[in-house]
Amino acid sequence: MKNCEYQQIDPRALSVSPSSAQNHTEKKAQRPRRKWEVFPGKNRFFCDGRIILARQSGVLPLTLGLIVVTCGLFFAFDCPFLVEHLTVFIPVIGGVLFVFVVISLLRTSFTDPGILPRATPDEAADIEKQIDTSGSSTYRPPPRTKEILINQQVVKLKYCFTCKMFRPPRTSHCSLCDNCVERFDHHCPWVGNCVGKRNYRFFYSFIISLSFLTSFIFGCVITHITLRSQAGKSLLQAIQESPLVICFFSIWSILGLSGFHTYLVASNLTTNEDIKGSWSSKRGAEDSGNPYSYNSIMTNCCVTLCGPMPPSLIDRRGLLPPDEATPAASASDIELPLFAAKNDTHMCTQSTKDVLERMVHSSDFHGLCPPGTPKTTPLEPEDSSTPAPSAEPSPSSTGCSQQHAHQPMATPCPPFSRGSKRDSLHSINPAFRLASPSPSLSRASLILGDAADTGFIPLP
Amino acid sequence: SRPTVFIQRDYSSGTICKFQTKFPSELESRLDKQQFEETIQTLNNLYAEAEKLGGKSYLEGCLACLTAYTIFLCMETHYEKVLKKIARYIKDQNEKIYAPRGLLLTDPIERGLRVVEITIFEDRSIGSGR
Repeated sequence: MKNCEYQQIDPRALSVSPSSAQNHTEKKAQRPRRKWEVFPGKNRFFCDGRIILARQSGVLPLTLGLIVVTCGLFFAFDCPFLVEHLTVFIPVIGGVLFVFVVISLLRTSFTDPGILPRATPDEAADIEKQIDTSGSSTYRPPPRTKEILINQQVVKLKYCFTCKMFRPPRTSHCSLCDNCVERFDHHCPWVGNCVGKRNYRFFYSFIISLSFLTSFIFGCVITHITLRSQAGKSLLQAIQESPLVICFFSIWSILGLSGFHTYLVASNLTTNEDIKGSWSSKRGAEDSGNPYSYNSIMTNCCVTLCGPMPPSLIDRRGLLPPDEATPAASASDIELPLFAAKNDTHMCTQSTKDVLERMVHSSDFHGLCPPGTPKTTPLEPEDSSTPAPSAEPSPSSTGCSQQHAHQPMATPCPPFSRGSKRDSLHSINPAFRLASPSPSLSRASLILGDAADTGFIPLP
Repeated sequence: SRPTVFIQRDYSSGTICKFQTKFPSELESRLDKQQFEETIQTLNNLYAEAEKLGGKSYLEGCLACLTAYTIFLCMETHYEKVLKKIARYIKDQNEKIYAPRGLLLTDPIERGLRVVEITIFEDRSIGSGR
């Protein structure tokens, strides 16, 4: 019975759970699907899962275009002149740098940055069980932080409500890609992907080689113009023919970025940590306070750039074993696209929603629980629904839960879900009658009815 | 579903992959504490070997950098080689120690290196009579 309760924590995860629950069965479905097809994050996959990109590829085509156009102009207009007057190595060096830049860029964009797969429902249930040690009658949401000691320094691990797990240290959840990424640096729109543990070295080599390339082109173009103006041609005409303008503007930002990232690499920091100031000015006496730093520039650089290449944890191209609980999976598959447009700010009201969610799904979709199961659950919302929304999310970022409890919220709620919620609430009532006497029944249904009217998003 | 025990990660030494060696109470009736600790400790050592920083890994890193990381497309990394070793070790442990006791170890890589999952078959201890 307890397992049944926990299984309904995240129906979205259920659509991927068959792959993990039965990972030792070798049966194949009629059309074996690959795991990337049911990947819950907002990523796009190409070449049957070999290539991974963020949902918004952002400015990647622009980046590629700028590089190609600049180099094209360089090769077309400057190289012939410089080969004549200087050396044939100019286009060779330019070509090598160009190839290096493009390969690094593509590797950064198409590599999995270190995405952590979401916790299976069993795992999520286990975490909640471990935390909820006071007793199982009252449902408390998992606390948002857990403190651990790393190298004798206290580090707070946050609980990720989307991925249903405590984030490992240095991991952050990217809202654009909707994934937890290990050693999250930043989400780079130029590259169209997050920069994290697995592709940081590609990103770094991209910006370093791009700095060299732009400096090289800039230098060559200046040389070209100087030589041409000495030869008597018009300066303006020479400038027009050159990729000088693009180079000039981009070179400063690229050089600045390279310098910044060199500093980060040398101190074993991520952009995320640096911006948040996680380790700086904590205690004046200690130096750096970064528990991950090896306190040596060489070691830090080697670790970040030349360390062992960790594998991709999401196994994009693995085959999905056929689902055991097909009705459940198909039901959650239907719901999945409807709730794809969820908002992060609604995460804080998840606790109450989870409880109500469980009751909805226990009678409607899954039918795994015997009718007597909601016996304990109906008592929970009437006890905790009113105090919980105001008390529980106080450490959270937004006050949306208070809105949820007291005012109707203008949330875009898909009509399908709302309708199903109302229907299932009516269907729960017989179960309520089984469990509790009529006064509390009316109170419980009143609270639930009120909650449904305020239009909260049913699924996390 | 079957009762499962999750062995969580131990972050006390940083972000390296290491699992807690604390013996879970649910396995007390099934398994020796020593055997469990030995399994987890060996796994931890194997992961440490995969992530070890040393001459060999730096060489691999530098070589990869020089070839613009195209070398990763054709060559198997040191980490992947150790992962295969770990998979073999887990299979071996399952066959020799865990399966005879009605337990199943799941390779942590299938759980994103978050947990070591031990599934308990035949609920003799719970007695719900499957």
